[in-house]
Amino acid sequence: MSFVRDTYLPAAPPPPPSVGALGWVGQNLFSSPGNGLLTLLGLFILWLGVPPFIEWTLLNAVWRGTGREACLVEGAGACWAFVAAKLGQFVYGRYTFEERWRVDLVFFIGALTVALLMWERLPKRYYLALFGVLVYPILAFILLTGGVFGLPVVETSLWGGLLLTFVVAAVGITVSLPLGIFLALGRRSQLPVLRLLSVVYIEVWRGVPLITVLFMASVMLPLFLPPGVNFDKLLRVLIGVTLFSAAYMAEVVRGGLQAIPRGQYEAASALGLGFWKANLLIVMPQALRMVIPSIVNTFIGLFKDTTLVMIVGLFDFLGSIQVNFSDATWAAPQTAATGYVFAALIFWIICFSMSRYSVRVERRLNEGTRRE
Amino acid sequence: MRKLLFMAPMAIYVALMTAANATTLDDIKKKGFVQCGVSQGLKGFSSPDDKGDWTGIDVDLCRAVAAAIFGDPGKVKFTPLSAKERFTALQSGEIDVLSRNTTWALSRDTALGFDFRGVTYYDGQAFMVRKSSGVKSAKDLDGATVCVLMGTSTSLTLADYFRSNNMKYEPITFEKDDEVVAAYESGRCDTYTTDSSGLYANRLTLKDPGEHMILPEIISKEPLGAVVRHGDNQWGDIVSWSLYAMINAEELKIDSKNAAGMRESDNPEIRRLLGTEGKFGEGMGLSDDWAFNIISTVGNYSEIFDRNVGKGSPLGIPRGLNALWNQGGIQYAPPIR
Amino acid sequence: MQKQPPWNDPRVRGWFFQMAAVLLAAGFFFNVASNTLDNLRQLNVASGFGFLEHTAGFGISQSLIEYSEASTYGRAFLVALLNTLLVAGFGIILATVLGFVIGIARLSPNWLLSRLAGVYIEVFRNIPLLLQILFWYTAVLSNLPRPRESLQAGSFLLNNRGLYMPAPIAEAGFGYVLWAFVIAVFASLILWRYSQWRRANAGAGLPVLWCTAGLLTGLPVLVYLITGAPMHFETPELHGFNFSGGLRAMPEFLALLFALSIYTAAFIAEIVRAGIQSVNWGQNEAGLALGLRRKDVLRLIVIPQALRVIIPPLTSQFLNLTKNSSLAAALAYPELASVFAGTVLNQTGQAIEVLAITMAVYLSLSLATSFAMNLYNSRIVLVER
Repeated sequence: MSFVRDTYLPAAPPPPPSVGALGWVGQNLFSSPGNGLLTLLGLFILWLGVPPFIEWTLLNAVWRGTGREACLVEGAGACWAFVAAKLGQFVYGRYTFEERWRVDLVFFIGALTVALLMWERLPKRYYLALFGVLVYPILAFILLTGGVFGLPVVETSLWGGLLLTFVVAAVGITVSLPLGIFLALGRRSQLPVLRLLSVVYIEVWRGVPLITVLFMASVMLPLFLPPGVNFDKLLRVLIGVTLFSAAYMAEVVRGGLQAIPRGQYEAASALGLGFWKANLLIVMPQALRMVIPSIVNTFIGLFKDTTLVMIVGLFDFLGSIQVNFSDATWAAPQTAATGYVFAALIFWIICFSMSRYSVRVERRLNEGTRRE
Repeated sequence: MRKLLFMAPMAIYVALMTAANATTLDDIKKKGFVQCGVSQGLKGFSSPDDKGDWTGIDVDLCRAVAAAIFGDPGKVKFTPLSAKERFTALQSGEIDVLSRNTTWALSRDTALGFDFRGVTYYDGQAFMVRKSSGVKSAKDLDGATVCVLMGTSTSLTLADYFRSNNMKYEPITFEKDDEVVAAYESGRCDTYTTDSSGLYANRLTLKDPGEHMILPEIISKEPLGAVVRHGDNQWGDIVSWSLYAMINAEELKIDSKNAAGMRESDNPEIRRLLGTEGKFGEGMGLSDDWAFNIISTVGNYSEIFDRNVGKGSPLGIPRGLNALWNQGGIQYAPPIR
Repeated sequence: MQKQPPWNDPRVRGWFFQMAAVLLAAGFFFNVASNTLDNLRQLNVASGFGFLEHTAGFGISQSLIEYSEASTYGRAFLVALLNTLLVAGFGIILATVLGFVIGIARLSPNWLLSRLAGVYIEVFRNIPLLLQILFWYTAVLSNLPRPRESLQAGSFLLNNRGLYMPAPIAEAGFGYVLWAFVIAVFASLILWRYSQWRRANAGAGLPVLWCTAGLLTGLPVLVYLITGAPMHFETPELHGFNFSGGLRAMPEFLALLFALSIYTAAFIAEIVRAGIQSVNWGQNEAGLALGLRRKDVLRLIVIPQALRVIIPPLTSQFLNLTKNSSLAAALAYPELASVFAGTVLNQTGQAIEVLAITMAVYLSLSLATSFAMNLYNSRIVLVER
């Protein structure tokens, strides 16, 4: 009697592959029956969405044409010819044609500054940042409005398109940050009155929709001023947008301030620094650094919110696209969809790159503080 | 500290602005132009072309006012306003005069604190429908969805009309003219209602104007005119008499071409109008050739009517009520004397 | 020791700054108020809230309560407020469901699903909401067929006038069904309490979830059948221009609802993902080590801890959604910003009063929510020893 097997067992099937393309698919897409079903569902969604979208945007799209006839073809997709024909208006609004180089110049300097600022190994980036915050706005203001150095005046009522979107966003961003810092300091102040005023300000602005703020800025602000005093519609909207986003910025900055340990304040006091010096030299640099990602997110929100100025009658990027839908020369079934998709694409590119940037900064900040 | 920061820019802006309690005319003379509120684009009344130059009958009234004050019809700036913004813009002083196909009505004249200054265009509300809908009369509109502009007298008249005829309707209101038209065109509504002149103008912007018709019923009186703030009568007089000068000029057969020659006319009425006799401009704080400046640069009433909405324009609206009183219409200007 | 000069004393300085702030604020408000009064007097504009009693005279396309042209402005305000709450309420429900599904999908081990969820999030939160609203309205819903060529699925109809559904109409005796439902709710509450007590004393609870579900649906259905089905459905029928009868959702409402929920869901998905990820993996392992089943680990250990992280930002998203519903000002959906801060403002010309009321409504919604939030937060906050 032998307990020793003398024949081989039939070979067991090989385990599912864990390397290679097949292995990856097996582990990530079909690891269980339920998972397999979900994958099929995902593929179904892709099949529903992607081919028609590509057909509409690329394959069946109309790229050239001088009027609606080009886009009235049976089965035509996106009417890109419309975008091409109206691009000037989308970018500059009704800005005087001969003066558009000034806008280009402002865009160019701005883009160059931002690009250089992103380049982390650039020496003396600090000065460049100062240029961006202090000199550039003045330069842009002079170039865009004109009236000095022999530049003809271009009224703000002619501004529009992407230009206006950038102006509202840039002014909102640069002015609301310092305002937000002061509000945050006020909210954390030991002085009850200052604290109360800041809290009321922040909560009121954060509690109401931007659109009512814009209504107020565009129809009520003039009633608040002494009789006969009045100012530009764009300026009024800018004031509204800035005061509104300052409240949001204040909450972001406050988050940073709360994360600073008490010891930092005490150390600053021990060194004999007063309130302003302690904040400027010790607390703020650390607090702001910590909340850069949230600040960028607030900027993204603000940038998206600039579209609301359309409702109070300024023609921003979206507004100047929409107003062209009523142009009878381009009236075709796909015109509106094309315009919106184009606007969405531009907004998406800008917002998405900002959010990627904020993710990268966040990661870099975490690297410095991570201890393992 | 926070408030200081808030106040400082405010103070600067305020200092930059022309603060004054002077009359509207003084303000205008100081800043060098008339600020005129117009629509955001209504063909024939006020609409900008691609370059931003404004045309229309409402625009021409503003140009006439500028010509009366400065002798130059170009010294006017236009602020496009939605129906909703227009009154607050005038109340707040953002604009000097509102010339935006606005209907003269009691509550606007009183509670809103305005003065209407003459009627530039006698209009009435009507309905536009698709020919394919088979509707022949406004009485057939029971149960219809109606596209209408937000905050206009039109929307109130609409409500009254359906209520008094015991019909049901559903109003879809938009803030901008082109949104209303777009909604009507997309089939969101069965009918679109506004002043009949507006229907004629907007029908031109539809893809296939021939497919739509305007129903015969005129359901309201809509005297459209220029509006100023209540209280500054001198300024109001300038606006109304700028209009009357153009109407009188048509009546006296003076137009932009023959105005210079007519100054030497023997007719005392013509001489008074053109400033060769009497000192009628003085009373309004203007030069005596104010009316001559209007007529020679902007034209008389029939000229502005024809080139903007009448037979010389794509709208091709007949004069109808807007003909002179002695030609079967009701346009009538008080005499200059 | 040298005596400190008073201007270096922090307390004196504090008082000084506060006085200055009060004076500046008071001066600012006084200035604004006096300017406004001057302006209004000069313009001869009516003021005060008396206008709320006046006849509105305009029609509103959707109202949850009785409203006609002869109603007052105050009534129009109520109609608008209810419309705001309606779209916000539905939006919150849809956005939460969609957001949770996508947030969980983002964490799925299934590569494709998690990528798809990622694409959804990145696409929709980086496109302005107003653009999305207009897109849905202009590019999608207004391209639907006319009423006569409606898309039809059973008694549901879709055309460019909206989505039509059969409306349930209660008949006599339906009240019993409602009562049955109320009783079921109370019974479930008692059951829930009892189960807790039993868990604490006897060590094992009851299958509460199933019992509750059974009670809440079973009892009313039973009563409904016993009383002889006292309800019928009214289906929409074509009359003249439009369908009448049945329930209808306007295209403006649908566009706003879709855009608001799709946009907000992208943010909620991120919040859900972050919340679930914030729960330490060790908690999972500890739960399994205690012998809990996987679904109990999720239900009793992970979700309660994740919710603590999720709820506060979630409420602020709900608030954002409510405030964002004011973007209907660009559509024709008759809510607060468009009817009240739009039409009413225009007709009465009383910009200050109308905007003050509008802002006060949104502000009190916000404050009420954050108050409730703080209460909840203080209840669930980690009690550390």
